[in-house]
Parts: sequence; C-alpha cells; structure tokens
Amino acid sequence: MKYTLSVIVENHSGVLSKISGLFSRRAFNIDSLAVGVTSNPAISRITIVANGDEYVVEQLEKQLNKLIPVIKVKRLVEGEYVSRELALIKVHCNSKQRGDLMRIAELMSAKIVDVAQNTLTFEITDTNDRIQTLSDLVKPYGIKEIVRTGTVAIEKGQGEVYHSGFND
Amino acid sequence: MISGADIMIKCLEAEGVDTVFGYPGAAICPFYDSLYKSNIKHILVRMEQSAVHAANGYSRCSNKVGVCVATSGPGATNMVTGIATAYADSIPVICITGQVKRELLGRDVFQEADITGACEPFVKHSYLVNDTKDLPRVFKEAFHIATTGRMGPVLIDIPQDVQEETIESFEYPEKVDIVGYKPNYRGHKMQIKRAVELIKKADKPLIVAGGGVLSSGSKLKLVRFSEKTGIPVISTLMGIGVMPSEHENYLGMLGTHGKKYANRALHESDLLIVCGARLGDRAVAKPDQVSRTSKIIHIDIDPAEIGKNVTTTVPIVGDMKNVIEKLLEDVGDYHITQEWCDTYSEWKKKMFRIPPVHEGFVEPRSLVAKLSFMMKSKGILVADVGQNQIWCANNFRIREGRFLTTGGMGTMGYSVPAAIGAKLARPTRDVVAVCGDGSFQMNLTELGTIMQNKVDVKIIVMRNNRLGMVRELQTNIYGNRFSGTILEDPDFKKIAEAYGIKTAEVNSNEEAEKIAEKMFKLKEPFVLICNVAPETPSI
Ligand SMILES: Cc1ncc(C[n+]2csc(CCOP(=O)(O)OP(=O)(O)O)c2C)c(N)n1
Ligand SMILES: [Mg+2]
Repeated sequence: MKYTLSVIVENHSGVLSKISGLFSRRAFNIDSLAVGVTSNPAISRITIVANGDEYVVEQLEKQLNKLIPVIKVKRLVEGEYVSRELALIKVHCNSKQRGDLMRIAELMSAKIVDVAQNTLTFEITDTNDRIQTLSDLVKPYGIKEIVRTGTVAIEKGQGEVYHSGFND
Repeated sequence: MISGADIMIKCLEAEGVDTVFGYPGAAICPFYDSLYKSNIKHILVRMEQSAVHAANGYSRCSNKVGVCVATSGPGATNMVTGIATAYADSIPVICITGQVKRELLGRDVFQEADITGACEPFVKHSYLVNDTKDLPRVFKEAFHIATTGRMGPVLIDIPQDVQEETIESFEYPEKVDIVGYKPNYRGHKMQIKRAVELIKKADKPLIVAGGGVLSSGSKLKLVRFSEKTGIPVISTLMGIGVMPSEHENYLGMLGTHGKKYANRALHESDLLIVCGARLGDRAVAKPDQVSRTSKIIHIDIDPAEIGKNVTTTVPIVGDMKNVIEKLLEDVGDYHITQEWCDTYSEWKKKMFRIPPVHEGFVEPRSLVAKLSFMMKSKGILVADVGQNQIWCANNFRIREGRFLTTGGMGTMGYSVPAAIGAKLARPTRDVVAVCGDGSFQMNLTELGTIMQNKVDVKIIVMRNNRLGMVRELQTNIYGNRFSGTILEDPDFKKIAEAYGIKTAEVNSNEEAEKIAEKMFKLKEPFVLICNVAPETPSI
C-alpha cells in the first residue's frame, strides 16, 4: 500500500538526517521525500510517500513523532488531498522529431523549457501517473536524463495539517 | 562577562548536579578549568564508557540525572557503547562532549569526530551547540528531555571556542518550550474504562511489569494494585524489583532465562496487563502466540512501543503512576478467583528447586540468594552480563533495594562502573557488583576509580574460566565446540591487591558466606573471587 505523510518539522540543521536515518535504520521504504519551508520560516514541511502495510505506517508515524524536532505527523486520507510532482525530462531529439515532441507536450500539458540542437527538455507538474505517462510517451525518442522533485501534497478544502501562525 | 564554560557549570548547578563522571582532553579543557573552581565533584574514571555507565547507575539510584563528560574524538567515541546501553534501557543520562573549534568543524582535523551523527540512533536527542548564547536553553531542554516521557540519554556536543567565548550575562530559563515534545501523562479515559471492563471479565489475568514501572516510580502503586485485586505479577529482566521477590503474588522473571512458572503463567493467562515493558525477543520469543491466546492491555508512556512487538487489545499511553492509580480506583472490589490464585501458587511450589552443588566449587545461584539477606534490606545489586546476570536475576531476593543490570543492550562490563555510580548516589546503602570473569575484565581498570575515590563497592567475580553464557549456547546448539569461549584468567587477587583493595578467593559456599559476612562489615571496597564449576547452567 502507498501512503502519503505530511510531516511538520522545526527548520534546524540535522533534522533531515534524523528523518532519513530513521527510515534506513528501521528498514522502512520511501518512494519520495520532498522538503520545503512553510509560511513560517522556522518551520518546514516534508511530504513523504512510502510503501508498506498498516503496521509499517503506524510504526513510521509513531517513530517520526518521537523525534524531538518533529512537530506533527499526519497521514493524508486517500481522495481527500491533491498531490503534485514536478519533473524535468531531457529527451534526444533531432530537427525532424521536434514537431512530434511538441505535440506530445501539448497533449500532456507539459512545457518545453529548453531546446537545443539534439535535445529537448520538458517540464511537467502533475500526478505521478501522468508523469509516468509522459515519460513512457517520450521513451522511444531516448530519455537522456530525468529529474523529479518528489511528491508534495495538500489537503482539499478546509483541511489543514498545521497552522503555522503566519497568516500572510 | 561570563564564559561558555562557566555557563555550563552554572547550568549544571541550576539542575542540582553535584557530581560528574568524566575524562578530560584538550577540547573540553575550558570546561574542566571552570569545573576546578566549582563545588561540583568530578570522578575521574578510567575510560569514557565507564563514565556513562557510572552516570547510568547514579541516575537509576537517585532522583537526579547522572552527568558524564568527555573530550572530542576518541573520548566521545569511547562513550558510544555507554550511550547505547543507556538508550536501550531508557535511562536518563546527560553526556557532555568537547568538540573541535567551530571554524575547524568538518575539516577532519585532529580529534574531530561527528559524535552527534554517530550517536543518532542511540540518543533520545542531541545538540551540537553553535552559539554560546544557546547554552542555557540547550541545558534546560536536555535535562527536561532526558528525564520526562520515556527517559533516555541526551548528548550535548560543545565546540571548544563555544566554551571559551564570553557573553554578557547568564540567565537560566525557568521553563522549556519545545513544540515537538509534549509527552502524554494522563492515559485516555475511554481506554482506561475499556481496560477495567477487560479486567473484570478476565479469569486468569496477569501483570507483566517492566522497567517502566521502576523509572516512573510506581512500584508501590503496582504492589497495591496487585494486592487489592490478587492479580499475580511477573517481570521482565529490567522490571526486577517491582515487587519484593518473596511476595506471594510475585512469580519472578519471564523469558528464555526466566522462571518456569512465570512463563507458564504467561502462556495460560487470558489477560495480560503489560506495564512499561516492550516485550523484546528475550522476554517473549513468539509474541503472536501470546496475543492469539490472551487479550492484552498495554500501558506505556511511549506510544511507539504499543503494538510494536505484540498486538494490543487496549492501548493506554500515559504515565504508569497515573494510569495504575486510575485502574486501582475503577476496578472497585474486583478480585481474581480462588482457583487462579491456587493454580499459580501451586506451580510456584511445585517448580521450586535447589540447585545441585559441584564439589570444590561455589554454587553461584545459592550464593546470590544468601547474599541477598546479608546485604541490608535496601541494598543495591548490580549484575553484569552473562550467566552471572541470570544467576542474579533469578536468585537475588530483593526486598526494598534495587536490582540493576542492562537488559536492552546486555553490555559486558556494565556492573563495576554502574555500581560506582550507584554507591555515589546512595552512600549509605550496600552496593554489590556481581560479574563474570569475562565481564570483570572488560572494565577492570575501574578498580583505579574505586581506589582513588574510596568507593565502597563489593565486587563478586563468578570465575568459571569461560565466557559462560556463550559456552552454554555452544553446549546446547553447537555440539560442545567451544570456539573462543575458554578464558585464561590472571590472578585477580594480585590485581585487586595492586590497587590496594582487600580481596579473597573461595571454593565453596561456606567459605564464600564466611568471607561475605566480614566483607559487609568493612567500610571499604572488596573483591571476592568465587570459583564456579564451568558446567553450571544459567537456570
Ligand atoms: C560487550 C559485549 N561483548 C560480547 C557480548 C556477548 N556475550 C554475552 S554473555 C558473554 C559471556 C560473558 O562471560 P562472563 O562475563 O565470564 O560471564 P559468565 O557468562 O561466564 O557468567 C558474552 C561474550 C556482550 N554481551 N557484550
Ligand atoms: Mg565467566
């Protein structure tokens, strides 16, 4: 089972190593981990997508909660949040293929952010599935490099993981 | 103006610290210089690991927190085993290490070791202090974190120039405010209600008590709960001492090396009330088996323990003292059936046996039982690791005293330094360290600390010329192939004498008891070497 956790942490040095250390130490598998500051610069928010059964998720939540700089851990409920990931995909491309690739970009609502003589780079911000689709579509042309940010997620509607106290 | 080092001393004084265990070096020298001018007593150990064990023993026997100090690099890394030991047993300890100057951090300079990084898996929390101004807050938080919730070691790593730098003034914070750290003490009302319902319906309830009962100071409450309801008690290795050993409701230690009747009770019970125990693999080898046949109420201050090793019917997160008090109130006049009472009392009687004597040797199990009554009622026995530990765990007749050992990490060499800490915390009590010939040699050099500080601890060495517990494993599983377990011992008596410590070597229980009687009358340390038959089993 895949699940998404939002983890609110104090923005100290060393926090990330505590969290990633916890995963490896307890043999928890992570798909992705994305960190960024919140509206309060002293507080960061981490989105973790991981794999495991109910026992593993529960242990993970509890162990994360035990870390002193962790302020809050929330497991997001399927269907009640939106999640996005950004990917940059650099593809081999000669002048003849350019048109086809541009059409694929349009179809997938991806942007082309760099064009060179033999390459073309897509930017896509979407769900994991759609990023996968794009990467499948361009694979026959030859993917040179792909960089992904990891998933970030936010609850729908009034849902709020943590009120940082900054209202701007 | 005040220096970082002076601030460190003031913080310790503000926390009521009067003794620290340590070993100096360049990176911690500013602190040692301030220490020299203060009234805090410094106990110079012989190795940094011992400083942590001594602080551990000190914490466990006092209402204070043990503090230990070391220099950067090798001083700090020598502490790691001690820190891991304290962590595994949830013992509060404050470990202070010197670090290279800030501008040199990360350059692999002389005696630089990333100790906060190395200890990450073994500390409850750690700090690398970057700014002298942060010291008071860091110390305040460290003591708070170490001693609340599920207790544990906290490491404070302080660069030399942070100790040297001076700031305007010192002010110790009155309160801590750590947003991410708010242990829950109360215990959920609804869950307590559900627990009471389960208890009232149970035919054969059993309390499984762990170290959490002792660290939360709720042993007397637990005894009252057991006496009022009649519910019998078994304990883990760390829980020994939750009840007087001879209490009629107490069935001893469970587990691979525990009492037969304790394990029998565990398997026949239909409701386990697990109090402050994590039920590791040495306590319950097959936890699913237990949870399949009985319901489980699990009380622990650490939510992460609940459901980790055994499936729980009713989880209660909270401080043991509060929860037991509430349970006591709510069970009303519930009492177990006469049948359950008769059953376990009968097992206890039937399965009791006196260990056979090997001619020409001391029988360690009988000796430990005897020693219990030679010590004053509040005596503290510190058992090391190995067969000697199991002999003590199952045979020390604890009354109002303490039984200390390392159950979580099982660190050989724990007993002597921990006993030093215990004695300094409780100078009026009898303190006895029981160790094997292997474990004694792991921290043998602490005889120097004992000598220099005239620490009145009695050391009993169970000498079997074996790493006995591993030898036993080889007998049982590896066809008597004694690979690496035969131990050639030095003349321990000469070693003790070299340190000016009185000593004797004995070959029978009569001799041992005669010497022990004299030993307890002496107001000075003693090393008693007991020759034990190598084939003596653990239980
Ligand atoms: C630091 C450390 N190293 C190794 C072990 C593994 N070990 C557990 S018990 C034991 C034998 C202990 O021998 P001794 O102290 O003589 O005690 P005995 O079992 O003979 O009573 C060993 C080697 C350990 N627990 N700790
Ligand atoms: Mg031995």
